[in-house]
Amino acid sequence: MTMADKIIYGLMAEFEDPDDLLHAAQGAHAAGYRIMDAFSPMPIHDLSESLGYSKHRVPFFVLLGGILGACTGFGFQYWVSAIDYPLNIAGRPFLSWPMFIPVTFEMGILFAALGAALSMLILNGLPQPYHPLFNSKEFESASGDGFFLCIESEDPKFELSETRSFLEGLHAKKVVEVES
Amino acid sequence: MASSAPIQEDPTAPAPVLGPGQTYTTVTQKISSIITSRTSLGWIVAVALALGLMQCFLLGVTWLLMKGVGVWGLNVPVGWGWAIINFVWWIGIGHAGTLISAILLLMRQDWRNSINRFAEAMTIFAVICAMQFPLLHTGRPWIAAYWLLPYPNSMGVWPQFRSPLIWDVFAVSTYFTVSLIFWYIGLIPDFATLRDKAKKKISRMIYGILSMGWRGSAKHWHNYEMASLLLAGISTPLVLSVHSIVSFDFSVGLVPGWHATIFPPYFVAGAVFAGFAMVLTLALPIRAIYGLHDFITDRHLNNMSKVMLATGLIVAYGYGTEQFYAWYSASPYEGYMMKNRMGGPYSFEYWMLILCNVIVPQFLWIKKVRLTPVALFVIAMFINVGMWLERFIIVVTSLSRDYMPSSWDMYHSTPWDWLLYAGTIGIFLLGMLLFIRVMPVINMFEIRLLVPRKGHGKKTELDAAVASAD
Repeated sequence: MTMADKIIYGLMAEFEDPDDLLHAAQGAHAAGYRIMDAFSPMPIHDLSESLGYSKHRVPFFVLLGGILGACTGFGFQYWVSAIDYPLNIAGRPFLSWPMFIPVTFEMGILFAALGAALSMLILNGLPQPYHPLFNSKEFESASGDGFFLCIESEDPKFELSETRSFLEGLHAKKVVEVES
Repeated sequence: MASSAPIQEDPTAPAPVLGPGQTYTTVTQKISSIITSRTSLGWIVAVALALGLMQCFLLGVTWLLMKGVGVWGLNVPVGWGWAIINFVWWIGIGHAGTLISAILLLMRQDWRNSINRFAEAMTIFAVICAMQFPLLHTGRPWIAAYWLLPYPNSMGVWPQFRSPLIWDVFAVSTYFTVSLIFWYIGLIPDFATLRDKAKKKISRMIYGILSMGWRGSAKHWHNYEMASLLLAGISTPLVLSVHSIVSFDFSVGLVPGWHATIFPPYFVAGAVFAGFAMVLTLALPIRAIYGLHDFITDRHLNNMSKVMLATGLIVAYGYGTEQFYAWYSASPYEGYMMKNRMGGPYSFEYWMLILCNVIVPQFLWIKKVRLTPVALFVIAMFINVGMWLERFIIVVTSLSRDYMPSSWDMYHSTPWDWLLYAGTIGIFLLGMLLFIRVMPVINMFEIRLLVPRKGHGKKTELDAAVASAD
């Protein structure tokens, strides 16, 4: 067997239910594994935190989008009404700001929503049509009823047989190697 | 975890939001089987009917563009006929989708999980139908583009940003875009499920592209949940703003019966009322045809009926306020407007509106009615009609008799009005039918959250395993 020579992406353990996966993730993090990820068909509370991934970056982009959109909306209306094409109607002010609020608000909402959607996709590295995990037949159930923890071979603590027995010790249903 | 078990034992507790015995596997199978099963004859017949209705739209638009808006029943005092009535009606219907997907998410109402997906689809198609009317009402939409959209044109002019009509353009287009984003983001994990379940290569590829390579990684869910929550947070003020701005189209004008401060909240409540009626109109047949009783349970019917009853009462209060305002304003024009509504040439429509929107929904106080699908369907149809009549009354009675009796005129619709309206119903039905066939009609990943988790007792054993592994 030349199994050890083969370059693998990592070891993937399948679990029965969300609670087993959550415990395994906590266990692996406690054991010092860092380059790993968990996969589940629905969000599981505290799972990403137990993998050491707790920072939220999306809200910043939503706020940024909202401010940018509102400024664009208001600025554009001001430019149109007071600079590019000012209409003097019985001396009424060019900068009639209360009338500009609805469009300013809508533009703020629009940019904030785009910020939420795009930052989520970009931070997650999506779209990503290919990923080594898709090489594994078992992984198909990750979008249905399977719960997985994958420790990547790049992790400094990764050692094939040792990591395998560690994962099996966490009540994994099955542990498979994922080809790179 | 523990909260789901005692519900079954307590007879006074509300019905569960998910039928008993469902697991992650059965949820996925049941919902995706609607898509993976063979196309039924009933579906093909329904699509044929919807396509037929859609031809009315084609016909109506062709004749309209050849002849101009004069083919409709419009005349000089009544410049806003069915086009604006239908626009407001469709937009209002769309609002329930956003309410269910955004506001109920923020309020952590987990029963929404099984109805939010098709309510959102309903929003998208309803807004598409709504947008047709103001565009066509301009008569020549390709020329109207320069006063609807701010683009640098050769005439060097810009839209009038001080007009509620241009606010409408921004509100509705933002609403459509945000609803589409919210809907698509919600669909990504479910597309991944369909990709992994697909048997044919072509469907695997299509769902694969749509799912963007979603893997269900914990890190992905981490950002995904935050993005969904924030989208819900910004959709909530958006949906309130959209119908408020629609009501500004009326209330900023000085026409009797329009110039009232009650309009924004009264319009928003009416929108939610109409929208929930349409959700029920769609949900009841879908549930019966596809056997989704475990997902759309009695609890859903009960809750939706209560929302309808509550918003219906707000709408009834709005009608009362209009009466009060007509009297209290001491304006003879406002007073005449209300007398004309109740006893004038359109009084039949007014009293039908009161019947449909105020009297019929009172049956929802009875629990047995709330839990009987047929009764609920009939009430929802009354409300669909009633909310259309409400917009008819607001638009037509006020315009047909305003300040100057010399300018009064009656308004009558023409077959072209009917044709266009029927056509948009065709577009809506066709959209919904195609959606049901190719996309998961119920949000699978959110339903999985409702499956009771069983790994409760294993904790100590696992903790020991974790400790020994260290």
